[in-house]
Amino acid sequence: MAGAAGPGAGPGAAGGDGDDSLYPIAVLIDELRNEDVQLRLNSIKKLSTIALALGVERTRTELLPFLTDTIYDEDEVLLALAEQLGNFTGLVGGPDFAHCLLPPLESLATVEETVVRDKAVESLRQISQEHTPVALEAHFVPLVKRLASGDWFTSRTSACGLFSVCYPRASNAVKAEIRQHFRSLCSDDTPMVRRAAASKLGEFAKVLELDSVKTEIVPLFTNLASDEQDSVRLLAVEACVSIAQLLSQDDLEALVMPTLRQAAEDKSWRVRYMVADKFSEVKCIGISGIENLKGICPADFLLDTTINLSILGLELVSDTNQHVKSALASVIMGLSTILGKENTIEHLLPLFLAQLKDECPEVRLNIISNLDCVNEVIGIRQLSQSLLPAIVELAEDAKWRVRLAIIEYMPLLAGQLGVEFFDEKLNSLCMAWLVDHVYAIREAATNNLMKLVQKFGTEWAQNTIVPRVLVMANDPNYLHRMTTLFCINALSEACGKEITTKQMLPIVLKMAGDQVANVRFNVAKSLQKIGPILDTNALQGEVKPVLQKLGQDEDMDVKYFAQEAISVVAQRLRKLDFPVKDSEEPSIPGVDKNLFLRPRVPGENTGKAQRGRAAPVASKEAVDAAPLRGTNAAKGPHVNTRDTLAQLETAELMHFPQSRE
Amino acid sequence: MSSPSPPAPVSCAAAISAAEKVDGFTRKSVRKAQRQKRSQGSSQFRSQGGQAELHPLPQLKDVTSNEQQELFCQKLQQCCVLFDFMDSVSDLKSKEIKRATLNELVEYVSTNRGVIVESAYSDIVKMISANIFRTLPPSDNPDFDPEEDEPTLEASWPHIQLVYEFFLRFLESPDFQPSIAKRYIDQKFVQQLLELFDSEDPRERDFLKTVLHRIYGKFLGLRAFIRKQINNIFLRFIYETEHFNGVAELLEILGSIINGFALPLKAEHKQFLMKVLIPMHTAKGLALFHAQLAYCVVQFLEKDTTLTEPVIRGLLKFWPKTCSQKEVMFLGEIEEILDVIEPTQFKKIEEPLFKQISKCVSSSHFQVAERALYFWNNEYILSLIEENIDKILPIMFASLYKISKEHWNQTIVALVYNVLKTLMEMNGKLFDDLTSSYKAERQREKKKELEREELWKKLEELKLKKALEKQNSAYTEHGILECNTNAS
Repeated sequence: MAGAAGPGAGPGAAGGDGDDSLYPIAVLIDELRNEDVQLRLNSIKKLSTIALALGVERTRTELLPFLTDTIYDEDEVLLALAEQLGNFTGLVGGPDFAHCLLPPLESLATVEETVVRDKAVESLRQISQEHTPVALEAHFVPLVKRLASGDWFTSRTSACGLFSVCYPRASNAVKAEIRQHFRSLCSDDTPMVRRAAASKLGEFAKVLELDSVKTEIVPLFTNLASDEQDSVRLLAVEACVSIAQLLSQDDLEALVMPTLRQAAEDKSWRVRYMVADKFSEVKCIGISGIENLKGICPADFLLDTTINLSILGLELVSDTNQHVKSALASVIMGLSTILGKENTIEHLLPLFLAQLKDECPEVRLNIISNLDCVNEVIGIRQLSQSLLPAIVELAEDAKWRVRLAIIEYMPLLAGQLGVEFFDEKLNSLCMAWLVDHVYAIREAATNNLMKLVQKFGTEWAQNTIVPRVLVMANDPNYLHRMTTLFCINALSEACGKEITTKQMLPIVLKMAGDQVANVRFNVAKSLQKIGPILDTNALQGEVKPVLQKLGQDEDMDVKYFAQEAISVVAQRLRKLDFPVKDSEEPSIPGVDKNLFLRPRVPGENTGKAQRGRAAPVASKEAVDAAPLRGTNAAKGPHVNTRDTLAQLETAELMHFPQSRE
Repeated sequence: MSSPSPPAPVSCAAAISAAEKVDGFTRKSVRKAQRQKRSQGSSQFRSQGGQAELHPLPQLKDVTSNEQQELFCQKLQQCCVLFDFMDSVSDLKSKEIKRATLNELVEYVSTNRGVIVESAYSDIVKMISANIFRTLPPSDNPDFDPEEDEPTLEASWPHIQLVYEFFLRFLESPDFQPSIAKRYIDQKFVQQLLELFDSEDPRERDFLKTVLHRIYGKFLGLRAFIRKQINNIFLRFIYETEHFNGVAELLEILGSIINGFALPLKAEHKQFLMKVLIPMHTAKGLALFHAQLAYCVVQFLEKDTTLTEPVIRGLLKFWPKTCSQKEVMFLGEIEEILDVIEPTQFKKIEEPLFKQISKCVSSSHFQVAERALYFWNNEYILSLIEENIDKILPIMFASLYKISKEHWNQTIVALVYNVLKTLMEMNGKLFDDLTSSYKAERQREKKKELEREELWKKLEELKLKKALEKQNSAYTEHGILECNTNAS
């Protein structure tokens, strides 16, 4: 042991001695005592630097005692201290000295402020792992016992979080003591401690021997689940998930289920809610197979509870709290996979339908976002009648975040409802989003179109989407005209060479004459983006002249982006020429293809950069939804992007050679 | 006649959909308006059992005094039936019968003597429990702003109000005997009563306040328990949920409880002050109960002046960093404390306290600065400052001097001039010394600042050096470790 500590301590101690004169502890401690809280906080956050300067020896003998003695400080400072100490083992000389950190952390674990205490407990848990088994019993376990029998509730609360880390490595005699302490905290006088114990019950159960779980944890669980305070009861329900995993099916039915059933009928909605919430977690354990799930919860109980739940569900659906409702909405769909078709139709469908009509958008959204679970079981058609009005309403919700969320589910919905239903009912919504007054919605709508095209194919795109997108190029609002460009950027790849060259390119080229500079430089960017998809003739004959013209534009930004596009396009044209010049080499059939693909790499890179770049413009626009700004004003948003752009550009350059390797 | 009922939610919903058709953007405001009007039912779960229809019983005054007692109990039992007030059209007749019966019961216990006999206690408490004890519904509006938003009202108030009314008359009746009642009004009862203080309905909390106050007064055996439970509620409020509607009401009761504490104060009470009341100042919604809280704190200090130092140090520890509104409240509380402070206690805390005040005085938020400068309008505080001018002036001088030149708000500048003048009159010599050394002092501070930076820079360099060393030695150490494992 000494041998292992020797080399570790050696250089550190030597360094400490050498810097002795430079950094007397008094100076450093003065920093930790500075009158200004902010400075004190800064010093504490650099505690490791101070410890390093002092060396391991003096950190142990001087710094830590000082810290232990001066615990009375502002909570923010204490929080930083608690956090630092968790990573201090190396600075006090390694695992053999980890126990030196316990005294200050013990004091911190008794502080009133919850965040400080929690952080101290977290650090203690971390350090406990670094203790040797001997040190654990000699130093750590006594600390846990002291905390567990502290006068003020804070220390007992903190103790609850420490049992599970020291239990597995303790000897049998000590284990019995630890269990005893935990038991007494579960019936503590103050509800705060009982809550802490209840919240750690599951975690503690996991490290216990199965026998102890049955003989000790289960009675504790039963007691806590019938505590006089609902805040304690609901935490016990939470612990049930962990306990359930440990027990066999018979034991589960005999020991845990009666309590859980009772909790499902608790007079407090909070407890009932927790039952509902945790039920889905039990489900999550075995989402891959219902059989697996039945291992955890007997099938009849599942049914039983679910029927309970649907009563409860009805109750919660009509609950006045939107959070309760939306939380329920997010878990309730998952139940259908467990229940199977018939039960879902009988018990759950009415709830889904009710929730789809809920006044709160989050509730409806949560239902719609989990549709895939139901789709697997009963098919979406059952719901489509109610689904549509809900979707339409969400699509027009006044909150743009709600609209954004529903857009994100469109591809999923489209896949499940099928192309006909979609064309008939939803297509117009998707197009309407393109002219939303919030940029984020327009952007999401653009991406949505791309995903839809990927799903329904190019033919569908050509018939339904592309014409309508292109019409917007003539819109009087320049933001809408730009949306056309953004759509083209997104769709070109999915639509392929033909549609891009024949239908989209002419429109893009025409827009190069737009009177708004923002549109013109976006034309340049679009041309750069779709360049790789176009054939060489179009590139050479149509794109290049237009870009050259834009390169002479009076607006500096248009000029900039045009020149950038020109260089990319030129590079591609050169590369295409390349194999012709080098044709002495026997050409393999794949070569052409390879070379054709190659220019797309920088193309993709610029794509990335473009997205990053779009952000500042986007936010500006979202704020300022003025339909048309003068050319001068229009310059505003994009001038600043130059810097970011330049940075991105260099970043790309630096990155590029590496990625090729 | 029908009992006053909340507007039916159905009609609101209809109004919205009509508005929505015209303009999708109005919905938000309409929804908000609707929410504010809405009232809450208590947990619907409990009224799910079969609903019994009530039949009117004869009036108590119409029967002979022999029959009265039995009829009284029958009426109490009848009033245990609960109705769903969220549905404003159901059971109208039965609701009205219950309302009338409750009214009659209120009058019966308050105007007649000798009607509260031992056998009635059980029925009375049962009726009260059945009506008022319920799990409170979840908050409708999680970011409820008590100053902006209307509270959600209890839907069944037409009945509950009368039950509270009855409860109070019962407790205040001259016939009421705590020795009998304590069998029914026990710890469990009080526990449930305390939980109701979280009700969002201010009318209910007001009744609860009076009820709890009477119970605390009459049931000596419950006092310690009540204090402990309030303690727990507060601790949960401060450290766990940050949400409890009845804090102000509970503090108000505590104010009168503290007033009655015997001297010397028990350790339990001092602990309550330091570990509950002082940390309570950190709560987000302090504005809602600060007056009551400050009252409690000052009550403690009037009882025991030696608590002044820990209290002020506690307040300084929790001094608001970013919330100017709270800072103004803290300053108000400090002034209340200074109003009753003993000069010997003042000496103990003047240094840390005036360091804080000097920071407040130079706050860029003019209300904070103004509130702090108002201290100089307080005769008693002024006399304390004068007594200790040698200590206080050096602490205050720099900030006052600085803002007299720099503050953006003219009112503050004017106030500062007055304060400086007052301080100068108190000790002209010291004032002149400080003025002349002001610049040198600033320079010394700057130098110290530079030294600090230098120190940290060196420390950082050292850290880098050590990191390098460590990297280099990592190889060798690794070798040794390997040797060790091989050896073992």
